[in-house]
Amino acid sequence: MKLAIKLAFKNLIGAGLRTWLNVIVLSFSFVMIIAAKGILVGWDRQAKKDMADWEIAGGQYWNANYDPYDAFTLTEAHSVIPGQFKDEIERGDMVPVLITQGTIYPEGRMQSILIKGIDPGQSLLELPTGRLDTAAGALPAIIGSNMARANRLSKGDYVTIRWRDANGTFDAAEILITDIFTTNVPTVDVGQVWIALDSLQSMVLMPGEATILTFRDQENREAGVGDWKLMTYKSLVSEVDEMIKTKSVGQSIFYIILLILALLAIFDTQVLSIFRRQKEIGTYVALGYTRKEVVLLFTVEGAMHAVLAAVTGAIYGIPLLVWLANKGISLGMSSAEFGFTMADTMYPVYSGSLIIGTTLLVMIATTIVSYWPSRRIAKMNPTEALRGKLQ
Amino acid sequence: MNNNLIIETKHLTKRFPMGKGEFTALKGIDLTLGKGEFTGLIGPSGSGKTTLLNIIGSLDSPTEGEVIVMGSSVGIMSAKEAARLRKENLGFIFQSYNLLQVHTVYENVEFPLLLLKLSSSERRKMVHDALEWVGLTDKMKQKPPQLSGGECQRVAIARAMVKRPSLVLADEPTANLDAANSHNILQTMVKLNQDLMTTFLFATHDDKVIGYLRRKIYLKDGLVDKIETA
Ligand SMILES: Nc1ncnc2c1ncn2[C@@H]1O[C@H](COP(=O)(O)OP(=O)(O)OP(=O)(O)O)[C@@H](O)[C@H]1O
Ligand SMILES: [Mg+2]
Repeated sequence: MKLAIKLAFKNLIGAGLRTWLNVIVLSFSFVMIIAAKGILVGWDRQAKKDMADWEIAGGQYWNANYDPYDAFTLTEAHSVIPGQFKDEIERGDMVPVLITQGTIYPEGRMQSILIKGIDPGQSLLELPTGRLDTAAGALPAIIGSNMARANRLSKGDYVTIRWRDANGTFDAAEILITDIFTTNVPTVDVGQVWIALDSLQSMVLMPGEATILTFRDQENREAGVGDWKLMTYKSLVSEVDEMIKTKSVGQSIFYIILLILALLAIFDTQVLSIFRRQKEIGTYVALGYTRKEVVLLFTVEGAMHAVLAAVTGAIYGIPLLVWLANKGISLGMSSAEFGFTMADTMYPVYSGSLIIGTTLLVMIATTIVSYWPSRRIAKMNPTEALRGKLQ
Repeated sequence: MNNNLIIETKHLTKRFPMGKGEFTALKGIDLTLGKGEFTGLIGPSGSGKTTLLNIIGSLDSPTEGEVIVMGSSVGIMSAKEAARLRKENLGFIFQSYNLLQVHTVYENVEFPLLLLKLSSSERRKMVHDALEWVGLTDKMKQKPPQLSGGECQRVAIARAMVKRPSLVLADEPTANLDAANSHNILQTMVKLNQDLMTTFLFATHDDKVIGYLRRKIYLKDGLVDKIETA
């Protein structure tokens, strides 16, 4: 085997330009796969981190009636916060949020919104809720930058909101935008107004009630507490996983085509080699190789394209990938437009398993396309191979 | 059995499939070759010289009859045993040299020793010896495309001889060489035959080669026509 590797290396280098063309095409797919997957991994991590920081922390309890995709469930989706969480909430390790449907009237237009009540003193989430404490003539409120842009609202603006209380009676008040925050998480930004929890509770006549309880620590959580059901961190970020999976399918098609092109080139080289190098094959047999050993030699030779491609890919790929990881990639689309947690600039992350996995994939695929045509050698008649007369 | 016997063929017949029928290239050859011989198979084109040499070299197998090379029967040995026989005991020299083009002269000559898994110091010594026999120590680092035909054939001889095999099979080794080179090479082989007691079996119709042979086996239409001993 050691001899086969040595010989294969010599033969490959000796083949010159053809080898390098194959190697370069193969190394493109190498680097492409790692870069493309790295972007997805980076996106995945960033999206999950942003979601945790801004919205879900370590996990949540949801009111059993709450369905984030159906705003009409909100009239039912609230209940009194269980007493057993009192300590945790006081420590700041759990943050209740009450959600109700409402309407906002910026510049006389009308817009459906969610009004969310949160404790101004919380520090579990990155929302700048401290600004809800600001004493003012109107109700202090904070909104995200996408909400602000869509409704042309600025810091210091007064605007009217309207809601229904628990009895179904409409009421209205004026809010003062005390802060506008910037986040990659559209689900705490688009179409939402954040105000103080106790204000909202009294506005809608639901004292001590909430829709969601976000907690810091997921350990030893009961699956359900009263009519509150546990939403683990994992289940809450599962849509990120889903989305990444979808993206990765689309993306794979692109580099699989590239990889197939490279493999075809190697396959072609192998087929050609076996025809053109019959005399050499015969010579190996005459010198004492079995035909199976020659098959091995040619397979190793073909597979070694992948090794050279890994080395070549590393030479230009590592600087390129490092540069990408530092500089980031902009997809030219904001999270609000995309409707999904996504940073404006994504920083690819290359894990060891990604690199090893890609290397293995390319190696195995290359070995298979090298072995396939080489099997022919085992059926060759060495005397005819020596004469170079096989068709 | 004679201990000095290297090759023995008994009623060796070889048929090749040809279209619908068969073509009989060897029609019952009975031959023996002893250790240290310098013998040639001589005959016109198509008389079966290469076919016989290939079967003796275990690259092909007989259709009928038996061929015993150094005590083992070529027809019944496994591919692995045949490969071992070639690796350990046989050297081939071809008309078209068949050198490995991307390897240097040194590496070409070293190749059979790598297959024998000899240590690098042993290999170095043996390759240097072999290159000295053929007078190519100064071309060690060159590659075959940079050599003349005569030099290539000398590399091929060194490659065949480096492991000091018992038997060297040479198929038209001078066909691509001019007279001066042919004589040069033949003299090298005669000397190796004498110094190392290596048995040489040629296939040729070249008079220059025939002049050096001590025994001449004339083939005609797949049969032994006559045998002359010098
Ligand atoms: N694989 C094969 N299939 C069919 N016929 C073959 C095969 N190999 C050899 N022959 C035939 O067997 C006969 C003997 O061939 P061989 O190559 O042994 O001749 P040769 O004496 O070496 O001739 P030359 O001097 O031209 O090399 C020829 O007629 C050839 O056509
Ligand atoms: Mg011939």
